[in-house]
Formats: sequence, structure tokens, C-alpha cells
Amino acid sequence: MINVLFFAQLKEVLNTSSLQLEHSAPCTVKDLKQRLTTQQPAWQTHLETDNILCAVNQTMVDQQHIIHDGDEVAFFPPVTGG
Amino acid sequence: MTPSIHIRVQTEDFDVAQEYAALRKDNTQDGAIVFFTGLVRDMNQGEDVTGLYLEHYPAMTEKALARIVDQACGRWPLSRVSLIHRVGQLHISDQIVFVAVSSHHREAAFDACHFIMDYLKNQAPFWKKETTTQGDRWVQALAKDEASLKKWNDQHDES
Repeated sequence: MINVLFFAQLKEVLNTSSLQLEHSAPCTVKDLKQRLTTQQPAWQTHLETDNILCAVNQTMVDQQHIIHDGDEVAFFPPVTGG
Repeated sequence: MTPSIHIRVQTEDFDVAQEYAALRKDNTQDGAIVFFTGLVRDMNQGEDVTGLYLEHYPAMTEKALARIVDQACGRWPLSRVSLIHRVGQLHISDQIVFVAVSSHHREAAFDACHFIMDYLKNQAPFWKKETTTQGDRWVQALAKDEASLKKWNDQHDES
């Protein structure tokens, strides 16, 4: 199982803070996004923009990072703290 | 010597005098303390701001901050680092963030404090939502914040 989290305006536009997906085969962050937008076509414009960041197990990763069973995958917009 | 590092993410306000005192207490080796505080201002990107909500990714926040502080400790000889970031509902002129570092000399302290803030603004999972007279809106990341990291990378390449 993969635990997927969304934060800030992404959480609001998708109207979802978290969801769980079966981990059926090895996949990259990019593959996971495609899987999500196949399930929810309306999410495509929000998830597949260049500036959406991804963290796997609380560490920032790029699109090619491989996701494993049990991982926590978070998607969020550029950060604005400080 | 291993630096003494204190990192806190909290809804409560903090007392700068108390934090500063902690960096000075029994500290005979350091000649410099530099600190920065970030505040909620009443105007941003052209609109009147009346309040600010800070969201974060709790499981990741302290981990990300610790990584940034570790990087700073690897680049400069720091003795003590204190970093506090608030989350939740804040109001105009409230304190948001506190970064303080102590070192033998001022150059290291100035640079390390600046470095930590620049990286925090780009890599720590916090998001600001402003309440303005025109309604609520998420603060947009600025290209200048990302550009601010470049100077540290350039310096690193030269050294």
C-alpha cells in the first residue's frame, strides 16, 4: 500500500488530503501521478504542472524516484514559509 | 565539537530575549551571535493583509529543518543553533520564525544565519495562506527566493 498526501492549495483544489493506493508494480513518482490522473482526470491540470513538488518518506525527490510498497508520498506546491 | 542544535515547530509565540539568553548561557568560546526574526506584515503582493495561516507537513517539517541546520553546521564552525518556526493562525506583526547561531567570529554567524533562512524559504514544508481585505489566498512562491540559493551554491563551488 502507498499512502499519498496532499498539502496547501493542492489539497484544496483536489478536495483530498490523503488516499491509499495498492502497490502493484515498481513505479516512479511520474508513473504514480499518471495513475492518479487516470483515476481522476480532473486532477491532471493540478498534478501535472511543473511546479508541484514531491516528497517520499518526508524527503524531497524528483520525478524519476522509485516508489516502494509502504512509502508515504506527498505532493505539494512550492513552499512559502519563513 | 558537535554543535548544540535546538529546533522547534510550535503554535505558541516565542521570547527572543529568552532564546538569545540560551545561546549566551555558559558560552565563553563564542564572539558572535546573529539572529533573525520573521514577522507578519500588513501588506503583501499589493494587498492589505489582515491575518496569516501557516500550514505544514508535520512528519516532514522538523526533518527538513534539521537537514538545513546540519548543512550550515557542515559549512561554518557553529557552536549553537536555535531555530523556531510557528504554525497555525497568526496575526499582523506576530513573530513567525526565529533563527539564531553562535560562532567564534561574526562572518560565520552572519553567513550561517542567512543560509539557514534562504534554505528554509525554499525547502521546509510550510505554506502561508493570507487573509486579505479581498478574501483568503495562498501566498505564491517567488522566483527571488529560489534565486537566493544560487549564491550559496556558487560560493561552495569556488571554495
